[in-house]
Amino acid sequence: MPDKPKLPGLFKGLGITLGILKDTVVDGANTVQYPHEKEAPPIRARGVIALHEDNCTACMLCARSCPDWCIYIEGHKQLAPARRAGGKPRQVNHLDRFDIDYALCMYCGICVEVCPFDALFWSPEYEYSEPKIADLLHDKEKLGEWMETVPEAPALEAGAQKK
Amino acid sequence: MIQFAIEIPYWGQSLLRVLGGLVAVLLPAGTIVYLFLFKMMSFMQSRLGPMEAGPYGSLQLVAEVGKWMQKEDLAPDAADHRIFKMAPLIVLLSTFLLVVIVPFGPDAYFTNFSVGIFLGLAVASVSVLGILIAGWASANKYALLGGLRAAGQLIAYELPMVLAVLGVVIQAGSMNMQEITVAQNTGSWFGLDWFGSPFIVTQFVGFVIFMIAVQAELTQAPFDMPIAESELVSGYMTEYSGFRFLIFFIAEFATAGVFAFIASVLFLGGWGIPFSWFGWDNIDQVPDWMNLVGPLIMFTKMLVLTFIIMWVRFSFPRFREDQLQTFAWKVLIPLALLNTAITAILKVAF
Repeated sequence: MPDKPKLPGLFKGLGITLGILKDTVVDGANTVQYPHEKEAPPIRARGVIALHEDNCTACMLCARSCPDWCIYIEGHKQLAPARRAGGKPRQVNHLDRFDIDYALCMYCGICVEVCPFDALFWSPEYEYSEPKIADLLHDKEKLGEWMETVPEAPALEAGAQKK
Repeated sequence: MIQFAIEIPYWGQSLLRVLGGLVAVLLPAGTIVYLFLFKMMSFMQSRLGPMEAGPYGSLQLVAEVGKWMQKEDLAPDAADHRIFKMAPLIVLLSTFLLVVIVPFGPDAYFTNFSVGIFLGLAVASVSVLGILIAGWASANKYALLGGLRAAGQLIAYELPMVLAVLGVVIQAGSMNMQEITVAQNTGSWFGLDWFGSPFIVTQFVGFVIFMIAVQAELTQAPFDMPIAESELVSGYMTEYSGFRFLIFFIAEFATAGVFAFIASVLFLGGWGIPFSWFGWDNIDQVPDWMNLVGPLIMFTKMLVLTFIIMWVRFSFPRFREDQLQTFAWKVLIPLALLNTAITAILKVAF
């Protein structure tokens, strides 16, 4: 004969569900009634990726590391004024296009990790659904706007900076 | 049905009976679904359940029914179409046949059948036919497995249910639901007659066996092996959609309500309040207003019993198929036989 559930355990189980029923009635549910009240995501939540355009060198590392190929970058080389007087004008990459297609993005965060110039950031903002799927392609202006929602980086742990 | 001062023609009585039957089947079903399936289950999982349709989501059921009604009535190509489409109706039919035996008041009954509970147990097994042919006619391996599991389970748990009822029948000395009710409300324990003698006290083992068997008959968890969704999709309901699925759904919860009605008649004293409170000696002295209060009492008892059914459903994980059968054949049936034998001995002794 297979093991039968023990009787006290049965009653304990009933007690647990009844206890949660009581807690929900008295203290309210653990869930949030979403459209009416918003949940505050943790500050490191992966909501949307923001672009700090000035830091971007159009190096394409993010686009090449993206598993979904959802980042589109176009740029051209142009001359910038020299750093020192009398120097040669510098050649820099200018960013023409930086799009992330959130219909494809799987929020792995590899682009944020791989960016060597701190141009990409995670923002916990999550309300950007669109009626049309094409509108999920965020261009660099829109990605730049998300920068306002990027939280301050949390303080480093004690000893983290010691060399 | 309720006897009115004015004479009602036969067709009027029939119409009243049909309307009463619809109310007695659909009202408990709707209440159970909203109160327990939507709300209690959600609360037990620390969430609120439907909140948008109507105040506190009370119109959610209307929305769900509307959704189901407008879905396409699909049937697989390989299905046996006529039988496939008939099956849910057979299941629902057994629910309507079952409610016929339940008395809701001294005169408020559909039919005062002299072997009422016998009829009830007989028509309760009609739903097995519906489920079995639903599983067979779907031409789907999941549906067939689910249908066969359901048949095996319902037959296995029919026995302890019958044997549990036997104890009550022996004690009441009648199979008539009305007389079982009266016997509980006029009885006394050792001269104390302030609370009647509901059979839940003397037949507590029978009550527990009956409720477990009801749980299994309704294929509610932990006895939901026939519709085990993680392995059989939805068992015999797999291929059903639209209003035929709705009928299965209604039948499931309406049968829960009707079985709770029957259990409250058998074990909790039915529509009655202890007759000694008002100085009644037998059913003829019960005044007419009990025909209105009786259904309310029945409804309350039904809610209490379905609360227990649903509470168990939401608390326990599913039995394995072999555990399910072992539990019926090796635990419940011997226990029920023993209960019947002891009841019979005590009945003869006292």
